[in-house]
Amino acid sequence: MAAEETAQGPVTMLSTPIRLDYNFTAGVAQSKSLRGYAEGRFIGQRCPVCKKVYVPSRGSCPKDAVATTEEVVLPNTATVTTFCVVNVPFAGQSIEIPYITASILLDGADITFMGLIQGIAPEDVEMGLRVEAVWVPKEELGPTLASVKYFQPTGEPNREVSTFAEHL
Amino acid sequence: MNQRCAVIGVGQTHHKSKREDVSIAGLVREAAVAALEDAGLDFSDIDAVVVGKAPDMFEGIMMPELYLAGALGAVGKPMFRVHTAGSVGGSTAIVAAHLVANGIHKRVLTVAFEKQSDSDAMWALSVPQPFSAPLLAGAGGYFAPIIRSYINKSGAPNNVGMKVAVKDRLHALKNPYAHLHLPDIDLKMVEESVMLWDPLHYLESCPSSDGAAAMVLSSEDVAVAQEKTTGRPAAWIHGMAMRSEPTMFAGRNLMNPQAGRDCAKDVFAQAGITKPRQELDCAEVYVPFSWYEPMWLENLGFAEENEGWKLTDSGATSLDGGDIPWNCSGGVLSSNPIGASGMLRFLESALQVRNMAGDHQVPDAHKALGHAYGGGSQFFSMWVVGSDKPE
Repeated sequence: MAAEETAQGPVTMLSTPIRLDYNFTAGVAQSKSLRGYAEGRFIGQRCPVCKKVYVPSRGSCPKDAVATTEEVVLPNTATVTTFCVVNVPFAGQSIEIPYITASILLDGADITFMGLIQGIAPEDVEMGLRVEAVWVPKEELGPTLASVKYFQPTGEPNREVSTFAEHL
Repeated sequence: MNQRCAVIGVGQTHHKSKREDVSIAGLVREAAVAALEDAGLDFSDIDAVVVGKAPDMFEGIMMPELYLAGALGAVGKPMFRVHTAGSVGGSTAIVAAHLVANGIHKRVLTVAFEKQSDSDAMWALSVPQPFSAPLLAGAGGYFAPIIRSYINKSGAPNNVGMKVAVKDRLHALKNPYAHLHLPDIDLKMVEESVMLWDPLHYLESCPSSDGAAAMVLSSEDVAVAQEKTTGRPAAWIHGMAMRSEPTMFAGRNLMNPQAGRDCAKDVFAQAGITKPRQELDCAEVYVPFSWYEPMWLENLGFAEENEGWKLTDSGATSLDGGDIPWNCSGGVLSSNPIGASGMLRFLESALQVRNMAGDHQVPDAHKALGHAYGGGSQFFSMWVVGSDKPE
């Protein structure tokens, strides 16, 4: 080893960014929800045993372990059950901080999913806020939840937390 | 449990944000060698090795246990890998203990680790997927809304989380292995730290750490012999349990998951405990975000529903005069080598009942709980250890 290399000490760390592309197979049930997004609507499924409505559709009920076949089209309106204001930057982030990520309970659904809230100041958001989905322009719709641009307040009064306590 | 099983040796690294002086192999070996020294054994005495860590995507090394066999003295011996997300350190210890309790092996080395400086956990936990909105911002982004629900439901004052953050960092000052040593920590410092995931401040969140934990578990005859050889007492396992539940289902109680309640009920029944707050001397519980202390106080039956925050608020969980100190080591809020974090809870509970915890020792601790949870609160693992043999 040359003297100058020794003086610099050994190399202990090197960063080697890697890239991994993968194909995602959505399956029959989830494909229905994904195609729904491409049409600008939410499609879920109802469990034949517990009657709970899952959106996106999953093909089976995680509680009753039975196939869910009954399709349910859900409206654009929803309730924010709970939320947080994200103010942390990280690699791969695609939204400007701070932003509000909320648990969205579509009217008629029994499960929440995460959604972005816009059109309201973060300090004004409360549990129970009534919101509606804003879809991307028709020509940009695709089989992805990214077809929902964000959720915005409807202006209706907030729902009492006790009315959706089982979803927290 | 068919046969008694004891912890006869423990070892851990000094947890830091970056251990640039060692590879992962060097890191795990450091903890393993310390555990063997404590047990009065060496690698050749070990029958099998059980390894745990968080998802491979963190460091980007697939099945790292294969490459670690040499560093852990496992070449030519049975080696197992356990994988239950953040709870993995706890479930790894339980899998290792099962091998002893079922009479398969007499001396098992169990090791858990994470080298967060080689990885990017925020990124690994926030990868965009085609079927969900690209909103998830690490573990904090997942848990903060649940914490908001808990604050709303329980009526807890907003500063209870900050009190946990201060208490655990004060505990960490007594633990030389802890990553965070913040001598000036107080409520003001926590309150003035950045609000990362409202309602969670930066200082209400766990750090990113490099670290490893290791334990030697043995059968009763080996434990008794090694107690004589080393002069150091064993910690006896009085109960161990694991539970899981789906990450999402309609009506799931996210604040107080059923799997956690069932797991606690099982482990306490095995250990003959009916009132955990009264019958245990201390607990090491996986609290990566401040508010999980009051939430888990309720989930584990130390307090009634909506009352957990009152224990924290009154100082009951503090090493400084509390009747049921939680996380005397500083806990996950002070050191978070993710895969090792659960095992550290199990290890610290063993240290307490061996009366070997040093400055963070609870005087005369005889019985302690070690707890870990992981993923979206869907994996739970727990054990109760005691200074006396179980009946």
